Amino acid sequence: MKFLRDTWLVFQRQMLLLLRNPVWVAVGIIQPMFYLLLFAPLMKQALSQGGTMTDEQAYRIFVPGMLVMVALFSAFSGFGIIAELRAGVIERNRVTPVSRVALLLGRSLRDVVQLLFQAVLVTLLAVPFGLRVAVGDALLAYLLIGLMTLLLSSTGYALGLTLRSEDAMAPMLNTVIQPIMLLAGIFLPLTFAPTWLKNVAKANPFKWATDGVRALFAGNPGDDAVWQALAILTPLTVLALVISSRTFARSVR
Amino acid sequence: MIIETSGLRKSFRSRAGRETKTVEAVRGVDLSVAEGEIFGFLGPNGAGKTTTLRMLATLLEPDGGSAVIAGADLRKEPGEVRRRIGYVAQGGSTWDESTGREELVLHARMYGISKADAQRRAAEALDTFELAEYADRRCKTYSGGQRRRVDIALGIIHSPKVVFLDEPTTGLDPQSRAHMWGEVRKLREMGMTVFLTTHYLDEADALCDRLAIMDHGQIVAEGTPADLKQEVLGDVVSVNAREVAKAADLFDNAEYVRKVETTEQSLRLYVEDGASAIPHVLRTLDAEGVAIEGIELHRPSLDDVFLAKTGRSLRES
Ligand SMILES: Nc1ncnc2c1ncn2[C@@H]1O[C@H](COP(=O)(O)OP(=O)(O)OP(=O)(O)O)[C@@H](O)[C@H]1O
Ligand SMILES: [Mg+2]
Repeated sequence: MKFLRDTWLVFQRQMLLLLRNPVWVAVGIIQPMFYLLLFAPLMKQALSQGGTMTDEQAYRIFVPGMLVMVALFSAFSGFGIIAELRAGVIERNRVTPVSRVALLLGRSLRDVVQLLFQAVLVTLLAVPFGLRVAVGDALLAYLLIGLMTLLLSSTGYALGLTLRSEDAMAPMLNTVIQPIMLLAGIFLPLTFAPTWLKNVAKANPFKWATDGVRALFAGNPGDDAVWQALAILTPLTVLALVISSRTFARSVR
Repeated sequence: MIIETSGLRKSFRSRAGRETKTVEAVRGVDLSVAEGEIFGFLGPNGAGKTTTLRMLATLLEPDGGSAVIAGADLRKEPGEVRRRIGYVAQGGSTWDESTGREELVLHARMYGISKADAQRRAAEALDTFELAEYADRRCKTYSGGQRRRVDIALGIIHSPKVVFLDEPTTGLDPQSRAHMWGEVRKLREMGMTVFLTTHYLDEADALCDRLAIMDHGQIVAEGTPADLKQEVLGDVVSVNAREVAKAADLFDNAEYVRKVETTEQSLRLYVEDGASAIPHVLRTLDAEGVAIEGIELHRPSLDDVFLAKTGRSLRES
């Protein structure tokens, strides 16, 4: 099938370029290390106010939050597409009969692979700190994270192609992602939030995603939060893919 | 005709401060390009050359008009048009971190060409454009001319019927430009129709079989470079003589002279063909005993054509 072949073609190219520049691997390790070493101990103290909390409990709350955070950052894919736009690569792709969905999907799948690699790394790094999670639960959690990445990276591409300038993109992403992060309970679970804040957070799909990933890391794959997260992320992801592949098809300059 | 357009139009809305302004980039372009020719689009900055090319390459939806390219209708079957054309953008299209060979293979495969065939085509193109030496170096290490050659190789890697080259030589030094003209002629030899844009007069003159001069979104003249120049004025024979007025009278009724102009020291005769006119001019002057101090033949340039059609010089605009 042409579409699958084209997607593979784009994906292959993007992977090749990614592997050629392995700085991101180092960054991908160092950044989570900062959080694990410098932030997690602080958070453990904060969370255990009034009671006691084991390292395992703390990391089960903390690591999922961090995974969602890294997934949210995949919206920064939009910067890469602006660079490609400027180099004329997008236009060069668009003048061929290549599938427009493949132009998007090949790139987004590269982002998913990159992110899953990072997610596995973060999980493994947290093990010496006391994290324990069943393989099946972790895999399901990665599925949620992968969906999130697909959703956000394709949104990032659509934004990049529409805004066409880093100067417009940076403030836009910051203003959108910050409240999303805060309202997802990434670092501190929203159980501590006042009721009005909890209600606002319910409108944030990534709050549901975070809850789902947390339930899985807590060893409760049967928790409602898991299917709720899937049910919310899947249609959003499909929508983002459709909209974004349209921006790849539309004239851009 | 391999390209036929009729009434192609495109305008852009752009915002300057609070006002939105409409720029009519292309205002009704009718063109026909014959198979196997090098067709040139000559015009100053902002004339609408790139916009026209991008419409023909399916990158930009026209506001109006129609075009048939290599037998496919631009509006109805853009996918088919894409398969039959190649397009090389004005700004280039190589990615810094890829090698020339990788770019070529990938681009060929985007046209549905198999991996083995794509690799063979890439190797061939690298040879044709004398890039083999740099093929496996990253594009960011290429010189301007090498990069431009990769761009052009990308445009023709799938053996299109028509290739659009947007300013193939802009930014190149004179030597690389001359080299590039050679490559463009090679494309024609391979059987492709080449549609290029330029704002170099000498390039349009030397390289193009036929050309259209564009200004403010419209075509102001079209034809072979020689015809265009002929059509405007023909050649000018200018004669330096002391008795200019007397000399001028001699040519009032000469049928090979279209127009006579005089300045203080010289007489300018507009003629169809300067080379054959000079002997007549000399004989006439000699017979009447007009002493001449010099005679000069001036062939009109495309700039004269542009001047005649738009009232401006292309060099100044
Ligand atoms: N995307 C766009 N948005 C707004 N205006 C545009 C856009 N593209 C082109 N224009 C305007 O349309 C006009 C024609 O531009 P075009 O790029 O076709 O000119 P050109 O003949 O290729 O010029 P040059 O020789 O400088 O490349 C210009 O006034 C330009 O500013
Ligand atoms: Mg241009």
